Amino acid sequence: MSETMSQRRRSGAPDRSELPSYLVSDPRRRRGPSTRELAQGLCCFSIGLGLTEVACGGAIARWLGMPRSAAIIQAYGVREILQGVGILGASDPTPWISARVAGDALDIVTVLPGLEGHNPRKDNVLIALVALAGVTAVDVICARSLSDAPLAPSEKVRRDYRRRSGFRRGAEAMRGAARDFKPPPDIIGPEAMRPWVLTNA
Amino acid sequence: MRALVWHGTEDIRCDTVPDPKIEHDRDAIIKVTACAICGSDLHLYDHFMPGMEKGDVMGHEFMGEVVETGKGVNGALRKGERIVVPFTIICGECDQCKRGFFSVCERSNRNKDIADKAFGHTTAGLFGYTHLTGGYQGGQAEYVRVPFADKTHIKVPENLSDEQVLFLGDIFPTGWQAAVQADIQPTDTVAIWGAGPVGQMTLRSALLLGAKQVVCIDSVPERLEMARAGGAITVDNSQESTVERLNELTGGKGPEKCIDAVGMEAHSPRALEHAYDRVKQAVMLESDRASVLREMIYVCRPAGILSIPGVYGGLIDKVPMGALMNKGLTIRTGQTHVNRWTDDLVKRIADGQIDPSFVITHRAKLEQGPEMYKTFRDKRDNCIKVVLRP
Repeated sequence: MSETMSQRRRSGAPDRSELPSYLVSDPRRRRGPSTRELAQGLCCFSIGLGLTEVACGGAIARWLGMPRSAAIIQAYGVREILQGVGILGASDPTPWISARVAGDALDIVTVLPGLEGHNPRKDNVLIALVALAGVTAVDVICARSLSDAPLAPSEKVRRDYRRRSGFRRGAEAMRGAARDFKPPPDIIGPEAMRPWVLTNA
Repeated sequence: MRALVWHGTEDIRCDTVPDPKIEHDRDAIIKVTACAICGSDLHLYDHFMPGMEKGDVMGHEFMGEVVETGKGVNGALRKGERIVVPFTIICGECDQCKRGFFSVCERSNRNKDIADKAFGHTTAGLFGYTHLTGGYQGGQAEYVRVPFADKTHIKVPENLSDEQVLFLGDIFPTGWQAAVQADIQPTDTVAIWGAGPVGQMTLRSALLLGAKQVVCIDSVPERLEMARAGGAITVDNSQESTVERLNELTGGKGPEKCIDAVGMEAHSPRALEHAYDRVKQAVMLESDRASVLREMIYVCRPAGILSIPGVYGGLIDKVPMGALMNKGLTIRTGQTHVNRWTDDLVKRIADGQIDPSFVITHRAKLEQGPEMYKTFRDKRDNCIKVVLRP
């Protein structure tokens, strides 16, 4: 065991390499554009929902038929805002999105009791649960896409493909070198169906 | 023998399995000298394609030396001969084979009944590519049984190296057919989605066939760099709008020919579209993600051609049929009729017109295959194409 690792073990700090990838922030992750946009969208959603929960916690609790939960909803609103800000500020938002998944689970556990007893607003609770399930699915997809993203190569393994043309001469010199090839009519379509200008030029 | 064996999602192992034996007169046994991991193998690795079973041997891009032949091979192959094996197994005698439509051979899929149910009519048997296409053991192994071997082979000249000819079994003719299907004219702009191995072969084929402009769309820097080396104009769709750039390059008219070299695991650069497709795929309301198809239909010039070599396995959603119909677009697609093109392509390699080995970025032993699958899938270490040596 290396000196650093044994020091870390002694200090009780977890070794980052032993944590699941969805809990670790790694700026080298090469996120795809769609995943990046999805994370940004969830960031905006988180802040928006958080502000709404803080401002309208009481109204939301009444709509759910759970008026005693107003303070909890407002606290969850603060959590949402913090998560949104975390996603916004992180170079790699993976652990923050994973935190959203945990938050979703907490939300569902909080709302579920609304289905018990004689709550007259059970329909609203069901709507909220369906919405929460949808948001959870999106959060899970985003967290998985982020944690599965490939790492950018270090400078040491950066390979140079600028000379990989596959042609003996320059690419420009090879343009049209296979014009002698006659495309079979059964592959490119019968003469009568080909563009008029080309067949009649 | 040692072989790369499918055990489940993201679980491929190098196992010891029984040696293959001659089962029919027209079989041959090949000692594999080189094999490659194909992009479409990743659909199996990620388990997006149904029909794999634990214990299936992977691989459909391979070559080797003939070590044994059945009685029915009738001198078409001799022991010691060096051949590339096309990924489509062909009988050479059915109506489709006689017409040159080898990838829809009517006899080589021994699980014809399943394919009939899934696709309406069977397609050819494929090596190492699900039980839907015959459940044949693949070529990422030390030895492989080649059914209908008297027809299912490509003979290659001795003076060409394994790496120069290996891709005749799949990605080179696939890229070539994709370009030929697009009926390329000297005035054409050809847009190709995906700069993976098939995309690289396609763009070089389009250039050789004389397209005025070849444009390649991807978001992986090293793949775009390799595409530029092959003469393509590149579009990084993580940084710019593909539609805007293609319109800019074509005077606002759109490319005449669009080629999808991505297939079922497309990543849309638009977050909402990607999330929509991922959610529908996750809850099994669609099997394939169609974002490239949607973009091609939208941006293609009216009366243009869409060529689709990218692999799709099942159902897609939200295809803009209105745009497709009103713009009068033609779609040409299909698995590759490999043997239809290979005589010509062997000559082009031998003449020095192209050397397909340019695409190889990683070489490894068969035992390192499981790790190489992960490296290739995750695009680690600038990986574009892996060749394995048993």
